Amino acid sequence: MGAESDCGESMATVAPGGVRKVVLPALVDDVRVDDFVLIHIGYALNRLREEEAERTLRLFAEAGLMAGEPA
Amino acid sequence: MKYIEEFRQHDLAQQLSAAIGKAVKPDRSYHLMEFCGGHTHAIFRYGVQDLMPPNVKFVHGPGCPVCVLPIGRIDNAIALVECHDVILCTYGDVLRVPASGRRSLLKVKAAGADIRMVYSVRDALRIAQENPGREVVFFAIGFETTTPPTAVAIRQAQAEGLGNFSVFCNHVLTPAAIQNILESPEVREMGSVSIDGFFGPSHVSSIIGSRPYEFFAEEFQKPVVIAGFEPLDVMQSALMLIRQLNEGRFEVENEYTRVVTREGNTKAQSLVAEVFELRRVFEWRGLGLVPYSALRLKDAYAALDAEKRFDTPAIAASDVKGCECPSILRGVKRPVDCKLFGTVCTPENPMGSCMVSSEGACAAYWSYGRFRRPETASRESVA
Repeated sequence: MGAESDCGESMATVAPGGVRKVVLPALVDDVRVDDFVLIHIGYALNRLREEEAERTLRLFAEAGLMAGEPA
Repeated sequence: MKYIEEFRQHDLAQQLSAAIGKAVKPDRSYHLMEFCGGHTHAIFRYGVQDLMPPNVKFVHGPGCPVCVLPIGRIDNAIALVECHDVILCTYGDVLRVPASGRRSLLKVKAAGADIRMVYSVRDALRIAQENPGREVVFFAIGFETTTPPTAVAIRQAQAEGLGNFSVFCNHVLTPAAIQNILESPEVREMGSVSIDGFFGPSHVSSIIGSRPYEFFAEEFQKPVVIAGFEPLDVMQSALMLIRQLNEGRFEVENEYTRVVTREGNTKAQSLVAEVFELRRVFEWRGLGLVPYSALRLKDAYAALDAEKRFDTPAIAASDVKGCECPSILRGVKRPVDCKLFGTVCTPENPMGSCMVSSEGACAAYWSYGRFRRPETASRESVA
């Protein structure tokens, strides 16, 4: 995510899959450049917490490992 | 796309599928309702049902904002355009929902009415700014995800003194709908609908948090797992629900921790609370009149309320004859149980709202489900 300003209103540029789009970060406090955000109808709804994303991916892998163990 | 592709990995999906196959008890079934239309589409688009053991079933819920909008409210919107000559702005799916008399906003637009499809409520604000001599009404629909942006727009319109902008508010609430389903005779009396647990919505929960579901889990003794929208999220959440059911637990767990917290987005919540208040009752397609299930503008914003500015009488309108949308929205029937499905009702020419929306169950079956292997389909119909 990048930052922009339009007539005093804070704007943010997001590029999901390389498609640039300007959204309003009005609903999320303290968003910074390079943050990942959940976007919906032109607004950032929430910040994505990268450490939690990694943790969830590890959970998938763990579940898969358990599936490989004998019952 | 970062944090998207990782949650669609094929090998992990196979492993999770194996883990679920191992976790399920063969002597029982698991009926898991995904409330949200976004999950319904993830399940169909990625073939998640086919990665589940035969005794794990997805029951599709009413979490599709276009689907649950009653026909009378669309008739109201058509009347706003035809009788008050407003510019009506709304999201794309709404335009195609069938209204009374075989009409739709799209047909009314084709006949010359000034109806504009917008991506964001911000576009409706801009149209009002650019057309000071015209009344501009934003036909607002959606659950807790679309409500905060509408609140931001209403506050901006008031701050700017934008006198020609108003909102026809149809924002609805997820917890009220879940409670309505759990209290419905079909579920309570253990009759036609069996629901063992819930997938909690992704985007809605990012706003309201996981706390509002704690009441249902406790009161109705049903486990809830807040699930992300990607296929691996749905599979992991299914595994978490199955484990809870096996262990006799009914807790709220959160699989979508990368976005959802227990408290949710408190900034968005307070904006919504400042602009909106609860309606005593609101009609939902399929669910009927649901108490305290929708929002309206507070008196402080009455000048921006299209229902106060124009005449929008309650209209009792019935669905197209034969359309099973109401039963499908309650999880009582599946799209293939409807006689109109795939014959006279298709996404190109929808008869009911569930075929219109990109989140509707009928559209999901039509787009991804009709080519499924016959043996899978027959196994499902026997269960």
